[in-house]
Amino acid sequence: MIETWYAIIDLLLPFDWAKYVFMKNALLAIILATPIYAVLGTMVVNNRMAFFTDFLGHSALTGIAIGVICGFKDPTLPMIVLAVGLAVLVNIFKGLTRASMDTVLGVFMAFMIALGVVILSRQGGFVKYTTYLIGDILVVTPQQIQWLGLLFAFVFIYWYYAGNALILTSVNDSLARSRRVKTFLLETTFSILLAVVVMVSIRLVGVLIINSLLILPAAASRNAARNACSYTVLAVMVSLVSGISGLVASYYWGTAAGATIVLFTVACYLISVLTGRVLFKK
Amino acid sequence: MIQKHKNHCRHCCIKINDLTVHLGQNCVLDKINLHVHCGEVIAIVGPNGAGKTTLLRAILGEIPFKGTMESLLGGSEFRRPKIGYVPQKVQFDSDSPVSVADLIIAATSKKPVWLGINLKLLNKAEEILALFSAGHLLKKRISELSGGELQRVLLAMAMTDEPELLLLDEPSTGVDINGLAMFYHTIRNLRENHDVAVIVVTHDLAGISSYVDRLVLLNRAIITEGIPEEVLSDQAMLRTFGPALWNVSSLPVILPEADSV
Repeated sequence: MIETWYAIIDLLLPFDWAKYVFMKNALLAIILATPIYAVLGTMVVNNRMAFFTDFLGHSALTGIAIGVICGFKDPTLPMIVLAVGLAVLVNIFKGLTRASMDTVLGVFMAFMIALGVVILSRQGGFVKYTTYLIGDILVVTPQQIQWLGLLFAFVFIYWYYAGNALILTSVNDSLARSRRVKTFLLETTFSILLAVVVMVSIRLVGVLIINSLLILPAAASRNAARNACSYTVLAVMVSLVSGISGLVASYYWGTAAGATIVLFTVACYLISVLTGRVLFKK
Repeated sequence: MIQKHKNHCRHCCIKINDLTVHLGQNCVLDKINLHVHCGEVIAIVGPNGAGKTTLLRAILGEIPFKGTMESLLGGSEFRRPKIGYVPQKVQFDSDSPVSVADLIIAATSKKPVWLGINLKLLNKAEEILALFSAGHLLKKRISELSGGELQRVLLAMAMTDEPELLLLDEPSTGVDINGLAMFYHTIRNLRENHDVAVIVVTHDLAGISSYVDRLVLLNRAIITEGIPEEVLSDQAMLRTFGPALWNVSSLPVILPEADSV
């Protein structure tokens, strides 16, 4: 299957950067991953969950540490298990307390970062793990791409069936419940999905950057979108375009791909602020 | 689609029996008994902290309560009533990208609105909105609506479900006086044309009293209830609301012209 992709690229993109197998892999990974970020991001921004996803991203450090202690070669599994557990926990906690979630998440996040760093830095060994901070999309393997493909399909199906309910819930919880939306189940499954997506992405784009890839496309899209459809489509476009341009630019500049992509997304955001001013001039 | 009924059966009825809510040690609501017939609009009024919102949340099934709530339809069949809910003024981000059409269609159709809306659904949503003088708002973002406009949209949305009981939470919050008169007027039309019982929870005693069939004064328990004129002259009401009541009869009741509705 991946061979077909390589052939297509050779045919369509006779450029310098597209000659290398790692770039072809990275390109496919970006084409699969960025729409996922954009689509999930639309609801993260609608529901003001930016801090929650940031918290998930940073909890990856503890996940990696647990993986190292338990002797996993690839820490993705313990990372996912921990993040899913935390996501469910936060959701239950949110229902129980009236305390501001900002503060609670802030405390949890500090704890997760500190615990992870303490474990990973034993005997001054933290340097080994810095790739997790900024990620490296160029080392993505065909097998990982397959997983991304599966995740892509799953997010699409989830969004197809839960999209309307998510919109109602983002407007008003009680209103959604009065329309027979099971809001707790919905919010919990959405958080779990976010946890899985964020953890799978840590390897590719890094702890420090994953949140901007979730938030920025949606934030840019909001400035110009007039309804849910254009909101989603614009976010996916921003995400894809800046993902691909960021990857190509990083090849020529010799920079980290994830961060370069974020710079392109920020540029899109700034453009959207300006066009939004023109579009919605009252 | 919303069904219209010209004649109310006046037999079907929603019964709330001995509804009691405890929050921790405190008894917040004590043995509330309410019977609402379809086609009837009742207002629950009371001072702050009287348990109005708690009652509403209990009826919505969001907090546990002792007692029963049942809907009696025609014969002897009891079941949980179908409830339509219009929340208190909802806050949006000023750049919320959800349109009115998105909201209505997300609530009434299984087709995901983020994949685009077809013309058929769009027309249907406009028809529903037009019944509540909100057809022209179809393509606006919800964040662009005024308080009164938003309320009519939410009301239209609640009615698409053909509820047996319609709950309106503080409709006066964040709505100017014209918008509010228009809203109450819409409620009155609703009562005349649909088989639905309406409960309005409000502290806007002056505004609501000329539009409802019954006033219920709540302060942890039901203090008094009856037709508005009766309740407004009640001593208990006077003690609870104090001087606010003196002006009720002298307040102008603003009714919009028929063609502007």
